[in-house]
Amino acid sequence: MSRRRRRARFVWNAVGIAAFVVMVFPVFWMISTAFKPDDEINRLKPTWIPFHPTLTHFRDAVNRPFFWVDVKNSLIIVVVTLVLSMTLAFLAAVALAKFRFTGRKLFIVLMIGIQMLPPAGLIIPLYVVLARYHQTNALTGVIVTYMTFVLPFSVWTLRGFIIGIPRDLEEAAMVDGSSRLGAFVRILLPLVAPGLVATSVFAFITTWNEYIFANVLLTDQSKQTVTVWLSYFYGTSRHTDWGALMAGSTLTAIPVVVFFLLVQRKIAFGLTAGAVKA
Amino acid sequence: MTEPLPDRAAGAAETTSPSWSRRRQPLTRARAFRISVPYLLIFPVVAAIAVILGYPLYNLVKLSFEKYGLFELIRHSGTWVGLDNYSSVLHDPVFWHTLLRTAVFTVVNVGLSIGIGTLLALLLVRVSAWVRILLTAGLVLVWSMPVVVAVQVWYWMTNFQNGVVNYALTQLRIGDYEQHDWYATTFSQLGMVTTLIVWGAVPFIVVTVYAGLAQVPSELVEAAEVDGARPWRVFLDVTFPILKPIFLILTSLSIIWDFGVFTQPYLLIEQSRIHASNFLMAIYLFEEGYFKSDFGRGAAISILMLVMVAGMSVFYVRRMVRMGDVE
Repeated sequence: MSRRRRRARFVWNAVGIAAFVVMVFPVFWMISTAFKPDDEINRLKPTWIPFHPTLTHFRDAVNRPFFWVDVKNSLIIVVVTLVLSMTLAFLAAVALAKFRFTGRKLFIVLMIGIQMLPPAGLIIPLYVVLARYHQTNALTGVIVTYMTFVLPFSVWTLRGFIIGIPRDLEEAAMVDGSSRLGAFVRILLPLVAPGLVATSVFAFITTWNEYIFANVLLTDQSKQTVTVWLSYFYGTSRHTDWGALMAGSTLTAIPVVVFFLLVQRKIAFGLTAGAVKA
Repeated sequence: MTEPLPDRAAGAAETTSPSWSRRRQPLTRARAFRISVPYLLIFPVVAAIAVILGYPLYNLVKLSFEKYGLFELIRHSGTWVGLDNYSSVLHDPVFWHTLLRTAVFTVVNVGLSIGIGTLLALLLVRVSAWVRILLTAGLVLVWSMPVVVAVQVWYWMTNFQNGVVNYALTQLRIGDYEQHDWYATTFSQLGMVTTLIVWGAVPFIVVTVYAGLAQVPSELVEAAEVDGARPWRVFLDVTFPILKPIFLILTSLSIIWDFGVFTQPYLLIEQSRIHASNFLMAIYLFEEGYFKSDFGRGAAISILMLVMVAGMSVFYVRRMVRMGDVE
């Protein structure tokens, strides 16, 4: 490498590191604050790294009223939404990936179009309809609502995974005299399992993070989800407990971050797939 | 009219069972079953969507022609008022101001997200491997942050008493930001919302554009460089045309997302400070319809908003459908 080249590389690296620092700083600051004792947090001149790390804030956060109840609610909503959505979506994804049929295009339009609806635009009708059936302030109402978004997304993503399965394997099973359905269960299902897991994880993240509908539909504090719990954290008190707020934020983010890191590569391109080829 | 997908999909199945493919065949029970298979498979999803989305949407249209407040909510039925809700919204100066504000807000947010995202993607190509890994890891970390968490962190970093942003800006001699309240004016409030949104949106754009850059033949770039083209010319004349489909998709997605944004402005701007002067479309809809329990009028706003977003989505949906249909 010529000296000029090396010099340029050095400058780009410096810029890259600066970009890294700026982007990651908020996350760092959240974690750092969560571990700092109060006097370090409230000092006018901030300390960058907690010198006397403490777990007090985490203890405070989980001992806040409704933390565990709301975590439980979030988990119930996530699991039920996932199981229902994945079962239904898998069937439809098979239809899209393996069959041509009249109305197929319309179905695809529906699946993609629904994902583009702004959630805010659906607050009013969902609230009014669910109120009519006494499903506001009930987990079932929220689960049903989340399925509107998770279903189309899952159908679309699973379709991509099923298409990726080599045709020969399925044919081999059919030559053996298995029915199409039998071929499916024995051959397709194990092959599509990783895709199913990835899609579920992504659906988990969407559902866990959702705020708008949970906030509108669940009014009782013991019925709310973690994101709503976190959004009410500072409440009305004038003096905010920043340490506990950041500890609560960290706890809310951890499951999502862990799962996201696991599947990010697999799903990220679903939204733009095909753009390059076209 | 069920036909197995040509070649890839049909393949051996068709040749091993010749009775399957031709139309003239009498409608045997087996054939009828085979035709109905895809419909049976999509039925549960279609039924679920019809109930959980179709029915509310039908109600949305109905609500928008009704007077529907708290009283009607308890009684479960509204009173027909024709186009009153629509004319009330369309004659409301707040609606038009909000629309204009949201449009400007969307343009700024999309522009910044895509601009910064593209610059970072181009940067990724130029740095050493270890910096690339570091930066990519950082971006994925940011990407994974839940919106509500990000809002809380922003709120903490920018609070006027001991926010780290004020401290840093003062220390860097950019100005005296001690006790500076970032949420005092509409411009500043929406500016904070913008930084939050752009920060959250950039990683997805970087990763996507970077993946696209891998498709740009390096010979082309090098040839242009040898010919003495300046970097931005290389980008405009060589890289950009190849990446154009990606940019179109990213831009339309970003427009749709930013136009309908709710959580960030709703939570970041304190409740007591949200009013007509800083409404974005989704907030306007929420405050007018849900908060004031004027569901009929809220429904009219929702419909107007959904129609606008549907218009913006046409390009993206068509693009995705075309590729979904081919495969």
